[in-house]
Amino acid sequence: MAASPHREMWEKLNLDIEAHDGLLEVLGKFYGDIYLSQEGRLGGMEYLDFVLSEVHGLRIREIQDARAAGKKVIGSFCVFVPEELTLAANAIQVGLCAGADAGKEEAEKLVPRNTCALIKSFIGFKLARICPYTESCDLIIGETTCDGKKKAYEAFGELVPMHVMEVPQQKNACDRTLWKSEILRYKDRLEALTGNTITAENLKKGIRIINDRRRALQRLNALRAAVPAPISGRDVLLINQVSFYDDPIRFTESIGKLCDQLEERIQKKEGIVPESTPRLMLSGCPMAVPNWKLPYIVEGSGAVVVGEESCIGTRNTRDLVDESGQTVEEMIDAICDRYMKIDCACFTPNTERLENIADMAKELKADGVIHYALMFCQPYAHEAFKVEKALREADIPMLSIETDYSMEDAEQLKTRVEAFVEMVS
Amino acid sequence: MIAGIDIGSRSVELVVTDGEKIIRQAKAATTFDPLSQVKKLLGELRPERIVGTGYGRNLLADADLGTEVTTITEIKAYALGTHRLFPAARTVLDIGGQDTKAISLTNTGKVARFEMNDRCAAGTGKFLEHVASVFQIPVETFGDYALEGDEVLSINSMCTVFAETEATSLMAQGQRPQNIALGLHASVVRRTANMLRRVGLEFPLVFAGGVARNRCVIRLMQDALSGEPLIPEEPDMVGAYGAALHGSRL
Ligand code: SF4
Ligand code: SF4
Repeated sequence: MAASPHREMWEKLNLDIEAHDGLLEVLGKFYGDIYLSQEGRLGGMEYLDFVLSEVHGLRIREIQDARAAGKKVIGSFCVFVPEELTLAANAIQVGLCAGADAGKEEAEKLVPRNTCALIKSFIGFKLARICPYTESCDLIIGETTCDGKKKAYEAFGELVPMHVMEVPQQKNACDRTLWKSEILRYKDRLEALTGNTITAENLKKGIRIINDRRRALQRLNALRAAVPAPISGRDVLLINQVSFYDDPIRFTESIGKLCDQLEERIQKKEGIVPESTPRLMLSGCPMAVPNWKLPYIVEGSGAVVVGEESCIGTRNTRDLVDESGQTVEEMIDAICDRYMKIDCACFTPNTERLENIADMAKELKADGVIHYALMFCQPYAHEAFKVEKALREADIPMLSIETDYSMEDAEQLKTRVEAFVEMVS
Repeated sequence: MIAGIDIGSRSVELVVTDGEKIIRQAKAATTFDPLSQVKKLLGELRPERIVGTGYGRNLLADADLGTEVTTITEIKAYALGTHRLFPAARTVLDIGGQDTKAISLTNTGKVARFEMNDRCAAGTGKFLEHVASVFQIPVETFGDYALEGDEVLSINSMCTVFAETEATSLMAQGQRPQNIALGLHASVVRRTANMLRRVGLEFPLVFAGGVARNRCVIRLMQDALSGEPLIPEEPDMVGAYGAALHGSRL
């Protein structure tokens, strides 16, 4: 690879240059195979191609410039971390991706081998020094969503500056009280870190920006429900993934433009696939960049993905924060309420997720649902049974898949997915 | 003339149909060059269409066979083949070389649900082949050998390698080898019975795939499921037959 103009910056961030070059090369190849090879993509996707090609370059440069100007950077792993507050404190929030096997062996020295790939990956990325986002963070926010993460943050916290938020596991009044106090604790931590006070004015703005981003993604999700599907599932997944680290205002604008193009396409009844293509919805664990394995297999098997019931998908965009609050207190309450609606599998009981999945599948006119759990992920593996039951009652076929980031099961996955596609066609 | 070709991990099967009739059935080892095997099986035949199935199906799609090639999964192929042979069948079990599949069928023969083993070979033909080789008995007669057992010894490990270790240590304890063999067969049956229950086992159940030739597995399966599986005359041809049937509908 030619010497990158960003090399000096990466060196400053203390990345392992050689390992990082290796990662970029794999990423580039993956991207070419999985994304650029698609036929009939929208012009608007060039924005994403550019963002992704510069994911470790220009965006990191922007972040470094912002840091040099005094801004703080917050990293997160979960959609529970309220970005509204982060923006109100004039900090930048990035989702740390953790979607590839890297530094796995090293990570297995700190966490048990039967830990999900996502956890191993975020630890591995840190240990292998290949993630410029992780290296740019002034603070990383963990959350006590599952036991795997909860315990992993104890080890991870020795490597990076951390703050762990306690996410409740039920949705009673006392749980809401706990969550609100956690949001306030995060607010204090942010204010201390940035030296900025969160005021009604900047919090209102923060809520607005993040809601706008959600609205743009909601619009996208509504448009893709058209028959024939106007955009591939891979592209929408990528858009969702990019939403976690690009500047939110720029992102919202670009997605707006893309949606305009989609509307034109829909009017002309143009699809990325023929009308008869089986439509599948993915549901389950988050798919962090560059975990594109399953969507790629699905769309390579003659189906199109029309929705992601996932944290990198509708779980992150379905609900908005009420914008009517005037005081900081009112807005914190609104934020609290909005986040308590998240139907993560870590909650017990979590029946709203079952309803949401069935409703979503119907709205998207999906012919079937693929439930995706990362191996060793207890919460989602458990819910797979319930989801299947709920979907069966709604007469929607479901295929349950448990996998990780490795390619060793790709052939078997293909057979299963293809058989499922045959079954629903 | 339509050819259905099933490229499995261990063997390649060919079924050629002409209208309703089967005009050729043949089988060969997969080897490292499955395509040459396919060509050998086809010989002079020039079918107007080839439908490939099995884990090697994409090899066919990419090869230049001078005929149109389509592919379907072995799940669909087994469902189609079974439904034609046994129209009343509601469940299909296929134990092949490396994969085990349980398929539940609707009353019109469509796939309603299916399960497949994941990365590991426990409970598949490969497992039996491996343990048979430890006993130095050809896998074809290993089932009969096990039927000479009079006590089902328990083998707890599902893993091929560890099951072998368990078998060896039972041998060292002086257990009758036939009983150990019986125990190994029972472990295969335990695993497949669970898979069948997960797809909602309903009878008639058709047991296909190469392992359906193993009389011991059949016997133990009857006991485990309290019901009699139906065995096709050529159990390992069902996939290739289903593929050919698919071809005749295109
Ligand atoms: S699955 Fe649950 S824990 Fe994981 S990112 Fe989503 S909300 Fe957070
Ligand atoms: S994928 Fe499952 S196990 Fe892994 S971090 Fe998320 S909830 Fe926890």
